[in-house]
Amino acid sequence: MTALILLSALGVIALLAEIFSFKKLLYPVVILGLITTFVLNLVDWNTDKLWYGMMRYDNFAVAFSSVLIGITTLWFIMAENFFKEESSLTDHFALILFALVGGIVMVSYTNMTMLFLGIEILSIPMYVLAASKKEDVSSNEAGFKYLILGAFSTGFLLFGIALIYGSTASFDLPVIADFITSHNGAVPGMFYIGILLILVAMVFKVSAVPFHFWAPDVYQGAPTSVTAFMATIVKTAAFAAFLRLFASTFAGAGSVWIDVLWVIAALTLLVGNITAVVQTSTKRMLAYSSIAHAGYMLLALIALNSFTQSSVLFYSLAYSIGSIASFGVLGIVATSRGNDTTDAFNGLAKTNPLLAVAMTVALLSLAGIPPTAGFFAKYYIFTAAFASGYGWLVLIAILASLIGVYYYFRIIIAMFFKESTEAAIEVTANHKLLFILTIVLTIALGLFPDFIIRLL
Amino acid sequence: MITLLLIFFPLVAALLLLMVKGEQVKKIALGAAVVEFIISIAAVAQFRHNADTQFVFNMPWIKSLGISFHVGMDGISLLLVLLTTFLVPVIILTSFRKAYKNPTAFYSLILAMQFALIGVFVSLDGFLFYVFWELALIPIYFICLLWGGEDRARITFKFFVYTLAGSLLMLAGLIYLYQNSAAHTFDIANLYAAGQNMDVLHQGYVFWAMFMAFAIKMPVFPFHTWQPDTYTTAPTQGTMMLSGIMLKMGVYGVIRWLLPLAPLGVEHWAHLAITLAVIGIVYTSCIAIVQKDFKRLIAYSSIAHVGLIAAGILAGNVQGVQGAMIQMISHGVNVVGLFFIVDMLQSRLGTRDISSMGGIRNLNPQFAVLFLIVLLGSVALPLTNGFIGEFLLINGVYQYNAWLAAFAGLTVILGAVYMLRSYQSIMLGETNAVTAVFPPLEGYEKAVLVIICAAIIVFGVYPKPLLDIAEPSVIKLVDSFRAATGK
Repeated sequence: MTALILLSALGVIALLAEIFSFKKLLYPVVILGLITTFVLNLVDWNTDKLWYGMMRYDNFAVAFSSVLIGITTLWFIMAENFFKEESSLTDHFALILFALVGGIVMVSYTNMTMLFLGIEILSIPMYVLAASKKEDVSSNEAGFKYLILGAFSTGFLLFGIALIYGSTASFDLPVIADFITSHNGAVPGMFYIGILLILVAMVFKVSAVPFHFWAPDVYQGAPTSVTAFMATIVKTAAFAAFLRLFASTFAGAGSVWIDVLWVIAALTLLVGNITAVVQTSTKRMLAYSSIAHAGYMLLALIALNSFTQSSVLFYSLAYSIGSIASFGVLGIVATSRGNDTTDAFNGLAKTNPLLAVAMTVALLSLAGIPPTAGFFAKYYIFTAAFASGYGWLVLIAILASLIGVYYYFRIIIAMFFKESTEAAIEVTANHKLLFILTIVLTIALGLFPDFIIRLL
Repeated sequence: MITLLLIFFPLVAALLLLMVKGEQVKKIALGAAVVEFIISIAAVAQFRHNADTQFVFNMPWIKSLGISFHVGMDGISLLLVLLTTFLVPVIILTSFRKAYKNPTAFYSLILAMQFALIGVFVSLDGFLFYVFWELALIPIYFICLLWGGEDRARITFKFFVYTLAGSLLMLAGLIYLYQNSAAHTFDIANLYAAGQNMDVLHQGYVFWAMFMAFAIKMPVFPFHTWQPDTYTTAPTQGTMMLSGIMLKMGVYGVIRWLLPLAPLGVEHWAHLAITLAVIGIVYTSCIAIVQKDFKRLIAYSSIAHVGLIAAGILAGNVQGVQGAMIQMISHGVNVVGLFFIVDMLQSRLGTRDISSMGGIRNLNPQFAVLFLIVLLGSVALPLTNGFIGEFLLINGVYQYNAWLAAFAGLTVILGAVYMLRSYQSIMLGETNAVTAVFPPLEGYEKAVLVIICAAIIVFGVYPKPLLDIAEPSVIKLVDSFRAATGK
């Protein structure tokens, strides 16, 4: 809750900055504010406080909001150029911060209305940000597509919530959970349809197949920094919201949605990875890989056991760090070399060893190779799925990971193996710091994951 | 503690090496590898000759999942550690005249790989074993990618994906065992118990998940298609690391993990697996006969040798497993020698084509003698190190099935055919345009070949010290395997 208030205040400060014209100071102020929020957020650990029956700041919420705030801080370092662009007015700071506020609501709601509000608070700034390259057609297209399809999925969500409300006469998650247990399998059909409609909306938000079609276009069209934000913070928040609803409240009615969800998970793993292979644009490849990663996280949700929450927490953390690093390097390389095909990475190991190593570690992590965080994340998800008897889904996931290695390694090969005549790229001190940080974090989390997985 | 020292010394050396620039990096890397060898000798000196796991270090690593950093060595592990620490300095020495671009990275990667290999051989925790197993793949991938020959990007990538596929199956097998274990830990004893409590069907699943990983790594027919290309394309030192040490990871995996984890599964499927291995022996020996590229010929012969090792182990008797231990050491030494000879020929003549060479014996008799000793070790002539291993292995397979042994025994004959034929073609006859000039051996080349030839003869005449290290552990392992399968 502390985090929610502080971040809202920080957002308002960012808006006021325009009026009182201390724009230049805003960047450090926001970063300091985020770090402070991150620390103060931890004070709520183990308090488990219920706010007016609307939000519950339990350990789940604290853990996920810490991940969100931490990753946003890294993102701000990564996206420093995004705030120097001419089109960027102060409202970019405010939009990002308000989106983060939405994310915090999504990880801590305990009432359907708050879920809806959280998703909207998160989404509306994202629509604007996706279209923030105002003179670029594809950016506008991205924003427009995201808006239309996002609104459509919100419709599904509201319809679902309404049907659930119709059967239980409540928006409260504990009341709805009680309703399922008290009916013990004989809940009205309306309730089931409600669950499935909400499922569609959530699956849309985490961009799983077959509701993924928006993601590649939006990811590619939006400015790279915004794409990174969508692939990390938005996805993590959406998964936390997904878990809060389905892994606890709707867990009793699991028979309805688990069968649907494993089909979605298997499709997401295969389609995401296979489609990523044939992409020429690296950004689009990362978009499909991000779809594929949603598939792995869905495995944990399907497993629905004591590993579910902590494995999604760890996976989203490992995946987000890997994504921030890979989108960061991609942004720098694509800007200086004028395109984002695999060839743009040729010879990077010679010209910019730090960028190449950071990218390699990030890609190894995304591909799930030890000793990186991504390996342990995958391992942990596989364990969760195995524990609930989904061994064959694990086999599909293994096959998918192998396909994943193919397209991640294409970039590694280009960086280390191909020759290039391009000059070295100038990298700012902040970016150097960021990449060293992501390398250290990725390996540290891979070697010592115990601290994180014991949280939940 | 000595186990920890053995594991982490190469890693520390590799990291420190990154700060060194220029040519002296070779010498420092060699120094580090020699120090590591001395540490392993110290371990041998302290080793008590019984079946116990010694030098154990056990510390919780990821407590909530029952994963610990549990390492230790019994005779089997110690012998492989010894092989690794012996070969790495030799391999570094073979590169002394090579001018690799960016030598710092090259030697760091070699030492980093040694770190992972030692880790594989001493792990007593399933998860830890998997992590080291995968870790060993990354340095060798970059060694092959950065310093390899033509078309290396495609070939090393195939190698990587092939072995990764096997590894992931092994990971699935390990998780499956973990889930079915009583204590929910990855400790080796706990996993053994979990595996042995399963029925034949489920042990069969475990067998295939793990066997695929090991069979790809060794490689056993028909999972060998990555190997000839990779061995041929990799830089000489990379090929040596791959064939001398890394394929032993697969053999070691079968001995340490597969036999005790799924004895019934092994027994049930051994016939098929041994048959595959024997087919591989005959098939790859025949391919080796028609090879023109000497490096490729040795790559194929390596599949044949390792096929016999796999067959011997899966036969599940003491002779087979003990033969495998000896043959692993011998093969490691001999194959490094052979690949070094390939490298010497190529750097002098600019080709690896056997048929274009000839008459080198006349130009350099010294080289001819050393080459002949390595070659005889490789074709398993009595009183060379290759003989004891192959004899025990064929004996082991014979006890399992006489017909399979008859076909497996062809490896000796076919091996003699392709090795002696290539020796004849390279060394004997008249010199020609290609071999007109053959510069004399350099000091480091003599040193490497003499070390290798000494090892071949000493352990061919008097193998007892090596046999003694592993024997109690091998007997214990085979006894428990036989008890579990009710023989």
